[in-house]
Amino acid sequence: MSRKSFLGKSIVSIKDLTREDLDIIFEEADKMEQIIKSNKKPLDGKILAALFMEPSTRTRLSFEAAMHHLGGSVITVSDPKSSSAVKGESLSDTIRTVENYCDIIAIRHPLEGSARLAAEFSRVPILNGGSGAEEHPTQALLDLYTLLKELKTVEGKSIAMVGDLKYGRTIHSLAYILSKYNAVKLYFVSPPSLRIKAEIKNDLKEAGIEFHEVESLSEVIPLVDAIYMTRIQKERFPQEAEYEKVKDAYVLTKELLTFAKGPIPVLHPLPRVNEISYDVDDTKHAVYFKQMYNGVLVRMALLNLILGGEVK
Amino acid sequence: MAKKSNSSELKVSKIKEGTVIDHVDAGMALIVLEMLGITGREGTVATLSMNVVSKKTGRKDIVKIENRFLEYTEINQIALISPNATINEIKNFTVVKKFDVQLPEVIVGFPKCINPRCITNAREPQVQTYYVKSVDPLKIRCKYCNTNMDKNDVVKQLTKYSGITK
Ligand SMILES: [Zn+2]
Repeated sequence: MSRKSFLGKSIVSIKDLTREDLDIIFEEADKMEQIIKSNKKPLDGKILAALFMEPSTRTRLSFEAAMHHLGGSVITVSDPKSSSAVKGESLSDTIRTVENYCDIIAIRHPLEGSARLAAEFSRVPILNGGSGAEEHPTQALLDLYTLLKELKTVEGKSIAMVGDLKYGRTIHSLAYILSKYNAVKLYFVSPPSLRIKAEIKNDLKEAGIEFHEVESLSEVIPLVDAIYMTRIQKERFPQEAEYEKVKDAYVLTKELLTFAKGPIPVLHPLPRVNEISYDVDDTKHAVYFKQMYNGVLVRMALLNLILGGEVK
Repeated sequence: MAKKSNSSELKVSKIKEGTVIDHVDAGMALIVLEMLGITGREGTVATLSMNVVSKKTGRKDIVKIENRFLEYTEINQIALISPNATINEIKNFTVVKKFDVQLPEVIVGFPKCINPRCITNAREPQVQTYYVKSVDPLKIRCKYCNTNMDKNDVVKQLTKYSGITK
């Protein structure tokens, strides 16, 4: 495996990526900061189509910023209501149209498996920017990249994942991707109704990753090297009362963090509601905004690898 | 693979032309018929044996259908719900072909994914694709949405039954 093996490749699922692939992506991401600072344009003349059929402003902006930093240009569908899907066009037809306008497509779509379908129909590479409830590979990559930058290595580390573990796709993806590293120990911290799905647990067991399911956040804080917080999403609950019952259960505060081993990093896919109190923001723990910056670097790395941009 | 049959199997297959599906999982014979679109009203001559004693598996069903040979896709469907079944093709009272059903590693075009949020359930031109994770008990995984399905999920789609109960 080498940089070259990424040429023209679609990124649909983190499950398609090997440990070697990850190393190449992160090595490339390390070089991207220089590109931002310099005036180099490795993707001059290339066009990214951002096809967002479900709203996600942050992810779209991050892809667009990444492409601009590399000197490429962007065409975009940002209003799902105006998209062709609403007019009844199938995704496969949309892809076979849009591929004529661009060199690469970043897609976000509400249905599961949509990015894989898109990649099968498309002549240009597809970057999955979130498909349905499970797959969001660039998020998983930026989460892992952030952990690696903060902890130097994740091998032998204990990581707490907190909040909505049942519906939170970032949790599933991150857990999978961590299973490619040795001796990672996971603590899944959630109310009983939002525990991680049995299917995911089976896959993690198969991958040989050690994990523990716990309910108390404060109990876990002294044990871990990093904390990954997630939002408990209201729209995932059939009844609002059920949401009200659990929404305040897992709030991370500066005071709770005094029980940590040290300045352990706290990550969050953002946006947050109230699960990390504002008093954490100006502590050494807060890396969640840095995480967004890392997201641009990781997306730049993917674009540059797939479209064959030079890096000196 | 064609194989010579012994006389005891011939006793099972006393039809002139057609197919004998042997070693059907006990209790699945009616579902096999329904899968093959056989209701009896179309005039098919079929004989079922249910829950008969089998040396291999304890109990089994046997389905004999006259003047009907199975397509590759039908054999795959039988494999989904009855992985140990054997197919005997009979011509002129003789077993001319005998083979075990075998589930391929990848199943294409059937069944429908049980995940309503799966792209294969949207109006798209491609067909369903599943990886066979385990044959017995059956576990298949949708290539697109990663949803796992078991035997019951498949049986429910094949029949008007709401599923089998243990
Ligand atoms: Zn599916």
